[in-house]
This record gives sequence, C-alpha cells and structure tokens, in this order.
Amino acid sequence: MTEPIMPNGPAAPGPGNAAAAAGGVRILYCRCAYAQVVPAAVKDAVLDGLATADRGFEMVPDLCEMAARRDPHLAELARAGGTLRIAACWPRAVKGLFALADAPLGETGVEILNMRTDSAEAVLVGLLTADGEHRGTTETATMTPTEKIATPPTGVGS
Amino acid sequence: MIAALLLPPRVVVYEGAGASPLSISDRSGLFAALLDHGYAVTRAGAGTADLLSGEVLIVIGCFDGRPPAVGDASGRCDVTVRDVTGLSVAEIVAVVEVARGERQMNRPPNASAAGGGSVANTAETWKPWFPVIDTARCTNCMQCLSFCLFDVYGVSTEQTLRVENPANCKVNCPACSRVCPEVAIMFPKYHAGPIDGGPVSDADVNREKMKVDISALLGGDIYARLRERSADAKSRFSRERSADAALAERRRCLTKLADAAQIPREVLDALPSPEEIQRRVEAAAARAAAAREAAAAAVAVAPT
Repeated sequence: MTEPIMPNGPAAPGPGNAAAAAGGVRILYCRCAYAQVVPAAVKDAVLDGLATADRGFEMVPDLCEMAARRDPHLAELARAGGTLRIAACWPRAVKGLFALADAPLGETGVEILNMRTDSAEAVLVGLLTADGEHRGTTETATMTPTEKIATPPTGVGS
Repeated sequence: MIAALLLPPRVVVYEGAGASPLSISDRSGLFAALLDHGYAVTRAGAGTADLLSGEVLIVIGCFDGRPPAVGDASGRCDVTVRDVTGLSVAEIVAVVEVARGERQMNRPPNASAAGGGSVANTAETWKPWFPVIDTARCTNCMQCLSFCLFDVYGVSTEQTLRVENPANCKVNCPACSRVCPEVAIMFPKYHAGPIDGGPVSDADVNREKMKVDISALLGGDIYARLRERSADAKSRFSRERSADAALAERRRCLTKLADAAQIPREVLDALPSPEEIQRRVEAAAARAAAAREAAAAAVAVAPT
C-alpha cells in the first residue's frame, strides 16, 4: 500500500463524504471490457449511476484479466474490511476469480451484484442503498450453494 | 497469451480539495473510455484513498493549470499528476495515454482510441479466457488436470487443484469443464450456464453423474481416440499415398471431436504430435495421481 498521494491527503473532502456515513462500504465496478458477456446497456447505466453519485468507488476493466495476473489490488480489496459491494457477473464466478488471484473473499461483508442478469436499477439500488436495506437479487458471500440453487435470479438463460 | 504481465497504470480521478469538479458533462463517458482502454480507475473519495496502490498512478483533475507536486513517500509507486481542465473525454484519454508512456498493458480488443478509431487486435491484446474453480464444488479428483494438455492446472502445496497457468488456456475452449463430474469448472466469459458461473441445477449434476462427459461421448479416452485416429490416418496415407485424403479424414475426425466437446477447431489443429500428446498425458496423469495420493495420506494422518 502506498502513502497518501492526494494533495490534501486521503481524507480530503469531495466525492465520498456520503460513503463515510455509509459505514465503510467500498464499491467495485467491473467493466468486463475484454468480452461482451455483460449487456452493454446495463453496465453503461450502472456506471452512469455511480458517476453521478456523491461517493468514491473503484473501477476495473475486467476482473478476469486482473485475476489472471493475480493483481495484488484484488487482495487489498478482499482484506480491506468493511463491506465490499461488487458489480460484476455471477457471484460464483466472482468468488472463484478472487480465489484464483490468491485473494479469497470473506464469508461476510461481501455483496455481489450480477449485471449479467439483473437490471441496472436493481444493481444501483444494491450498490448505493445504505446497509441493512434490501438490495434486489444481491447475493452475499454467506449464502450456501443450496440457497443459490433454490433462488435463481429470474430470467436466467442457460 | 498475456502480452504484458505488468500491472496496468491506475488512473485516479481527483475532485477533492485543491481541485475543481471535472468540467466535462459526460463523467461516466470518461470512466468508460479509460476502462475500455484497459486502465483501472479510481474515483477518489472515502473508501478508496487508502487502497491506492500500484506501480503507476496517473492522477487527473482540474487544478486550474497548477497541478500539485505529489508523490509516494514509500518510493514504491510512480505518481504522475495531470491537469485536465477544459479538456474533452478524448483529450483526457490522450493525456493519460501520453502519461503512460511506453509501459505495456493488455488492451481490451474493442477499445476506442482517443481519436475515435479502434485499437486493433494485436499482440498487445489477450482475451482473459481460463478455467475458474468453484472450490465449494471441487472434490480435487484431478480429472481436469489429467485431461488438460497445456499445463493450465497444477496442485497447490495443500494438494488441492489450482489454476496455475491461466494464460496457457486455449481461448474459447471449455472442454475441461465437460470432464468435471462436479460441475465445478467455470469459464466466466462463456455464453451460457452453468459453465459461465450461473447456478448449478440438480439436472446439471445428474447429467454428470450419468456419465454424459466427454469420455462417454467419444467412447473412451479422448487422447487415446486421437492417437488411434492419427495411426489410422498414417496407415491410410501410406496405403493410398494421398495426402489430401489423409487430411480430409483428419478433418472429419476432428470436426466430430470438436462438436462433441465444443473444442474450437483451431485448438485441435494445434495439438502436438501423437507422441507428444502421449508424453503430456502421462505426465499430467502422474501429477494428478501424486496429488491424490498425497491428499489421501494427509487425511490418513490428520487427527480426528
């Protein structure tokens, strides 16, 4: 980890003041830039919603590409504490990608939103809603495989 | 293959104290353009500043012509600050590209260039295609390790399956997922479930238990089949003295294999010689057997 690099240090005012009040929530957005498996309209709308929100967040071109490189930033995110909300694709795949990068996600404090199947509105609600409120078809890392099978997202093709 | 293993630069969009908000109206357009060029992007704020790591950080903001002199006190990170006051999205991307310099990065294939063109598929691009293990389902049977000819899989120090060389995987080939009896191998870039990481239904599991795997489909070991076909082809070649006929036969057989296992034709065309296949199969099988034995031994000595 680096030392602060911002002109006035990392706690400088600006986007993110609301995030501090949200209780240590980090947001990670995956663009899936190396393949077209996430609907463009959904990922664009989610990015648009995040860009207009008053908070900081992380964006990566492609979690798969990062995992293949075992990018250390994934480990930092996984171990950062607080709540990590990830807008990407299937939760099973996202968890596997972090594990592949030697950055396994914790059993708690991780919420994965699926831009492959969910609407942009549902994903944004999940990302930006305060803790403890319902977040669409968000799947948390604490769900068991049985629960995953019992409650598949609607409209899932195979 | 991964063209560049170096960490790509991270662009930090800064709008805090000492800077004005970005003057562009299309803020998400800027984020998208940077991401589509392969850059990781951080919109600075609470929940991000303590994780600003990487070898190269390019900080952009509207500093009214006076970008601050900042740096990483630890000396582990190369920090560049650029003032983007009044610039358009394309111009900001161009500024970042210049700041990146000659540093290599793996480019998304469809990235829009700053000038509105596109970045062609070159040696600098690689589609991240490789297997991802669902550790909640994997039983470490090592069938995939035995199956893969390209050393994608390995064994961890805990004697569990591990994706060791993801860049060795053949793009768009999901064949190893077909040999997994537990539906534990995912390819996130695949077009359909459960291989794409989607929910695994009882029907998916039952299908595997009914031996609808590649071995059953092909009536035996795939590599044994390939060797037999190759030997047959050689025999016919020597008999008929017709290279064209031999090639046609080989293509017919490979098409059948490709259809059954959804293996891209180019992967089969690139397979090594039968002798090399034999060597690799034996080596992989030996590694898998050793891993299974070590895991069994560890269980045997583990306190109950």
